Amino acid sequence: MKIFTNLFNEFRLSNKFLFIISLSLLISFLIISCEEFMPSAPSSDEVLNEPIEGLTPAQLAAHLQGDGEFGKIFSKADGLGPIFVNTSCENCHIADGKGHPFIQLQRFGKMNPDGTFDPLLEYGGRQLQQRSLSGYPPEVIPVEATGKTTLMPPSVTGLGLLAAVPDATILSLTDPDDINGDGISGAQNYISPPDYFEPVPGFHIENNGKYIGRFGRKAGAITLLQQVTQAYLNDIGITTDFLPDDLFNPVVGPGTGDEVTDPELSASIVKSVEFYIRTLKQPPRRNENDADILAGKLIFDQINCSGCHIPTLVTGTSEIEALNQKEFYPYTDLLLHDMGSELDDYYTEGTATTSEWRTTPLWGLGLASNSQGERTFFLHDGRAESIEVAISFHGGEASQSRNEFNNLSESDRAKLLKFLESL
Amino acid sequence: MKIFFTVIMIVTISFSMLAQDEKQDSMEVKIPSQDAVYERPFILSINKLSTAVGGYFEGNSNYFSEDGVSEGLSFELRRFNIFFYSSIGPAIRFLSELEFEHGTEEISLETAQLDFQFFPEFVLRGGIFLVPIGMFNQNHDSPKWDIIDRPFVSTQIIPSTFSEVGFGANGRFLLSNTLSITYAGYITNGLGEGIILNSEGRTFIPDGKSEEAFAEDNNGLPSYSGRTAVQLTDAEFGLSFYHGVYNSYRVEGVEVDDKRSVSIAAFDYSAKIFELTLQGEAAYSIIDVPENISEIYGEKQWGAFVDLIYPLYKGNLFLFNDAVINTVVRFEYVDFNTSTFKVTGQKIRDEITALVFGFSFRPVSNTVIKANYRRHWTVDAIGNPAINTAGIQIGFASYF
Repeated sequence: MKIFTNLFNEFRLSNKFLFIISLSLLISFLIISCEEFMPSAPSSDEVLNEPIEGLTPAQLAAHLQGDGEFGKIFSKADGLGPIFVNTSCENCHIADGKGHPFIQLQRFGKMNPDGTFDPLLEYGGRQLQQRSLSGYPPEVIPVEATGKTTLMPPSVTGLGLLAAVPDATILSLTDPDDINGDGISGAQNYISPPDYFEPVPGFHIENNGKYIGRFGRKAGAITLLQQVTQAYLNDIGITTDFLPDDLFNPVVGPGTGDEVTDPELSASIVKSVEFYIRTLKQPPRRNENDADILAGKLIFDQINCSGCHIPTLVTGTSEIEALNQKEFYPYTDLLLHDMGSELDDYYTEGTATTSEWRTTPLWGLGLASNSQGERTFFLHDGRAESIEVAISFHGGEASQSRNEFNNLSESDRAKLLKFLESL
Repeated sequence: MKIFFTVIMIVTISFSMLAQDEKQDSMEVKIPSQDAVYERPFILSINKLSTAVGGYFEGNSNYFSEDGVSEGLSFELRRFNIFFYSSIGPAIRFLSELEFEHGTEEISLETAQLDFQFFPEFVLRGGIFLVPIGMFNQNHDSPKWDIIDRPFVSTQIIPSTFSEVGFGANGRFLLSNTLSITYAGYITNGLGEGIILNSEGRTFIPDGKSEEAFAEDNNGLPSYSGRTAVQLTDAEFGLSFYHGVYNSYRVEGVEVDDKRSVSIAAFDYSAKIFELTLQGEAAYSIIDVPENISEIYGEKQWGAFVDLIYPLYKGNLFLFNDAVINTVVRFEYVDFNTSTFKVTGQKIRDEITALVFGFSFRPVSNTVIKANYRRHWTVDAIGNPAINTAGIQIGFASYF
């Protein structure tokens, strides 16, 4: 017993004891720290940049690969520009949400006397690239332009579901002659397809060589692939296998470009980004069973906001099971509507008139501030800093609903806004 | 800001001119940061006229989580650096440093300099050397630091490790037994075009570094750098600058762009107050960026860090007679773009704030075992909710 006591005393007093105790405490602290001192993930219903549920492991891997490409920042050495708007997909669609006014796109064109719209391609139209490589001049909007519009980057979440809605569904929602007499017509935008467009039999419906557009503020793009390819070229100045020529800059003249061999991006990478966007989840609802929010939804229907912002769509068949024949709630009909003179920028695409805009999906409305710097900028150009101001700009086919919104009691208006913020 | 940089240059030169008194070196004065490259154990232990090989290496573990998403635990061997030193003559010395990062993923010649010391107040230096901007860049060996990661301001505003090819002079004036002044001024090839339009998507001075600059300047205009510092018994305070044209503004002799310059000013300090060591540096940079991309690529950046180091234990520990256990805290901040958005008038954020807490164990002075807990808050340009990153790191660094 005495031996053990002596050993203990000797050990207790030694530096070893101090060292081992200190080390043990330190290691314990670090092990606990690994769990306790790490930041927690934001709630899933507060973020947009997550994959749709139900992807297979292989699809999830493809989604993550596309995510990496979506976030890739292009440098001069990668082929950025020589004229461009931004340097990556994600710098416009921050956290996959709505963009910020400082990264607006500007498009322009000229209305001809015969009513046709000239995108002024010989002047670098239809999109302005206001930024450029050092030593290379940026574009300017020509004096010939009679119409120009400013466009905010939209949210990219849930686009796979919208892409999977058959043309027949979109056509079934049109009411060009307002037969139901609600003051809302709704028309499809017919677009001339690019060379690389491959129509899917039974899904796309052709009309005199044109197809229904559904993406973009004017519904100017038929497919996600077209939207992604055009964005690479027009927004970042990146040529691809689909669009292999650098942008024309009238300030410099034809035959100029950057120093990187074209195409700068392969078709597989473009398709990878398309797959990423296709498989992003729809914006999550929050507090949807709250009594005020349910009451707000009723008011939304009563004043016929849902005449254009129809709540429910259903996808057709899809090779991705998570998108196959799914009911979802984007609050859009994917159609063009006349929004009145206040939103007429005298610019258009396809068969849309200059005052027509595609119904913006309302899903994600309440999460806009998470990607817009804790402020909000609504409408196509971000001019409205609140939902109420955005509603006040609704004219044309939306005039009746706007007027009814203005006549709501304070309480009902609050409920409607609460409902919109829950989307 | 030109006035600001001019003032710093004048101060640098003035200190050199004023310090006329030639006095003998004294161990009572703190060793200047600019001499840190020679304050390495493999050099200190050799005879005056000899050649020595030494180096240091460092490794660590990483366990980080960003907004709840973790890649798990991983290990890295950050650096394995080999030094060659030769005292060619009584006043001529050669020093080189070959760096291997992450195994052989990146190999670079960090230093290959020849010093001709006419007298302590005037040393000519030529070759590839560390640019005297701030304190960290010239004194960055990992065994000397108690935190595993390098400070953001010292690596992302001041692009440490920042080596350039060129020549210049440095020197030290001992004014008294407890006061000295040092100066350094160099002409070098300078940073290159990667400062903007790079894969960072922001103005990023480190991307202006290029191995090609060791062979040829990209624009034929030299860059200027200099530092002056005051050493007291237990403290040093330094002012430094760097200025140069970074873009290839002419091709085949034809000017194709405006000359675009980058300027960095830095203030650094290190002081020992009783047992507490306080050290850090602050840097401010001005970058001439084409007007049409200035919202994406900032024209002005700044950052700072401060380290507080306090010894918890000194003495015998285990088999080590002079062991030290330190606790260390670092606060750091970098703003990559100080401008405002033209459309909204909002301040462009694009900033990172970090807090580091840790312990270091030095069984001997040239070997250190470190344990750090880091927390970063990264805010994007628009000012969206901060990305919250935290991590635990355990590592070691040792001279050999």
